[in-house]
Amino acid sequence: AYKRFSELLPREERENLSARVPKSQILTLPELRANPFQHRICHVFSTSEDGDDSLSFEDFLDMLSVFSDSATSDIKSHYAFRIFDFDDDGTLDRKDLEKLVNCLTGQGEESRLSTAEMEQLIQNILEESDIDKDGTINLSEFQHVISRSPDFASSFKIVL
Amino acid sequence: LRDCIQTDIRYLSGWKQWKRTSSKSLKKVLSEVKELSSYLELWRHDIHSIEGIYCLMCIFPHSMCFCLLNFIIFILMFSFITLPSIISEYGIFNSSFAKVQPKHIEPHCTVYKPTGNQGLVYFYTYLKDLLSGTGFLEVTELFYGYYTIDAAWLSTLSYNLPLAYLLATFAYLALSLLWIIKRSVEGFKHNLVHNEDQFQSYCNKVFAGWDFCITDPNAAQLKHRSLQYELKTDLEEERLKQKIAERTTKEKLRIYSLRIFINIIVLAVLSGCFYSIYRATVFSQENSNDINNTNFQANLLVQYLPSIVITLANFIAPQIFSFLITFEDYSPAFEIRLTLLRCIFVRLASIGVLLFSLWSQISYCDTDKCKACGYNYELYPCWETQVGQEMYKLMIFDFIIIIAMTLFVDFPRKLLVTHCSCKPVQWYGLQEFGISDNVLDIIYGQTICWIGTFFSPFLPAIATVKYFIVFYIKKVSLMHTRKPAARPIRASSSNFFFLVVLLIGLVLAFIPLGISIAHIPSSKACGPFRSFNTSWAVVPATVLGFPTGLQQVLNSIASEAFAVPFFMVICLVMFYFIALAGAHKRVVEQLREQLVMESRDKLFLIRKITEAQRH
Repeated sequence: AYKRFSELLPREERENLSARVPKSQILTLPELRANPFQHRICHVFSTSEDGDDSLSFEDFLDMLSVFSDSATSDIKSHYAFRIFDFDDDGTLDRKDLEKLVNCLTGQGEESRLSTAEMEQLIQNILEESDIDKDGTINLSEFQHVISRSPDFASSFKIVL
Repeated sequence: LRDCIQTDIRYLSGWKQWKRTSSKSLKKVLSEVKELSSYLELWRHDIHSIEGIYCLMCIFPHSMCFCLLNFIIFILMFSFITLPSIISEYGIFNSSFAKVQPKHIEPHCTVYKPTGNQGLVYFYTYLKDLLSGTGFLEVTELFYGYYTIDAAWLSTLSYNLPLAYLLATFAYLALSLLWIIKRSVEGFKHNLVHNEDQFQSYCNKVFAGWDFCITDPNAAQLKHRSLQYELKTDLEEERLKQKIAERTTKEKLRIYSLRIFINIIVLAVLSGCFYSIYRATVFSQENSNDINNTNFQANLLVQYLPSIVITLANFIAPQIFSFLITFEDYSPAFEIRLTLLRCIFVRLASIGVLLFSLWSQISYCDTDKCKACGYNYELYPCWETQVGQEMYKLMIFDFIIIIAMTLFVDFPRKLLVTHCSCKPVQWYGLQEFGISDNVLDIIYGQTICWIGTFFSPFLPAIATVKYFIVFYIKKVSLMHTRKPAARPIRASSSNFFFLVVLLIGLVLAFIPLGISIAHIPSSKACGPFRSFNTSWAVVPATVLGFPTGLQQVLNSIASEAFAVPFFMVICLVMFYFIALAGAHKRVVEQLREQLVMESRDKLFLIRKITEAQRH
């Protein structure tokens, strides 16, 4: 894993143990290149104080360990919640869900669902997962839904 | 998280670390090997490129499977029937053949002089023969009439060709049946598991829908499209279910009476088609036996008249059906299935009507001489070859029509639409990618192949070549001239449905074959079954040659004393499995209710927690 990380650094900083790789470089990794959640992943795992979403080697390792096979379902669902929470307010509300669905169906105008379909879909999702009926999904509700989802463990995985 | 991992690392010894790295590299190697082997699968790249754009029911893998199936059938027939005939005919490996003169047969029944081309003939005679299976093709191994050998002798071993012919026929039918059942069982299981109203289907699709392992941008694009299609289909089905539930009684009455009326119209259309096919076949048979007709084009037209009428019927009837079904107000998936069923019925039944009209011609007997032979010996001295020729003509014509439609209808249409901007042309637009048409073509072709292989052992080879070429033609046509269907359709359940319809086709193929083998007297002038009354009679004759003990066993198996208890046992076993399936379903329901209960409990507890937190 260190080899992959050091490939992303410019040559002169390779010896520097606390070097940070800027976001644009991270996004050239093949595993992240095709991922619609690439920006969110960088944002969530970055511990940079500047807010520029750059990753140090420890952040990189964090990311890989969360996405590995040996991470528990709790950890994965915790980080998945943070990735899907587009406005970082600690809950998944309607706008977050809308952005999530748009990420899934692809970029471009013709690949988006119509407004009516989006409404219907978000309504269905909230019906299925919102237990306390407050119109948002908090962490425990999300983890509850994930625990009963059969595909989550196999899809939320990156192997280097 | 970092602390957990660091504590882990401290406790790992050197050996465990080495084990871990080696298992990781092994996993990596295995995944790379899997990727490589997937490239080797036939046509996988082509199928993916089509999937990428249309993401629909992948009938194209079925083309590949049929190619393979037909090839295997051809190898079967070739090695058991054609090869011994050729070997013994030409005396290779010190072999010879025996032609037994049939006893108790009137001599006039055994006269058969196929007019192979003698002397100088015009070039177009060869073309006509190639297209209609007469002339020089009639006396080749292509048709039943060639195999007029009763036994082949390979030094001292005797090879019973009639029995081999019959058994090879049963073998390929059984092989096809097993293959279809095996594939439909896989589809059935998948259907059963995934079709159940999923507990949290939307959440599952949205939260766990994206596979984070995707690295290739093209694959990502495919995944986006498929997710979009799935979500859209689900939403549309839900909307329709709501609409259906909201219907008032008056509306329901109106819709049901409309449906009955439309079904009556459908039946009328079907009977019209069948009658015209019957008349066309009778006309064609009467006029093509007129040897004085030397006009090439007219003769060819008359020969191909049944095929033309069938193709016309197969073209018009689906248009009528798709027009009618818009009034019946079903859900899109059901609409497609019902139209497909109706069109399939037209296609398969038209083959049946063709065969039926042929048989009525063959068995039509008014003179005593004719009754002695059992069939119309004057017009059809070797009737199996004639039937084989009709099947051959159907297959060739089907092939020609597919190529012609693609070349002369699809491409010009695309050219017109892109270059001519006049309104009516633009409104007509490009052809939609119609799955139903392609499915129908495949099933129709395959049924012809199944029925025709008994009468013409080389037909599977022709079918293999045909599917191979048609696949590439359709792929090119699809890429360039079609636009995606307006309605998204789900792939998995359609797959299973397609196999069910194929099974119907196979069962329908059993019926004509069964009647030909067991009921209609075999021709006495040609073929391996000359010395027998019917083709089936070779089996009892062989059984009589077995030792007495084995004969008694076989007789008892065929008797009623065995059949009735056997049938009852089978019924009991079936009831047992149905009861088991019902019990499993009930358990699934109970577990589902338990899950709902649990979520309610959780809701209650969360409420309590929030209340406690407030204080």
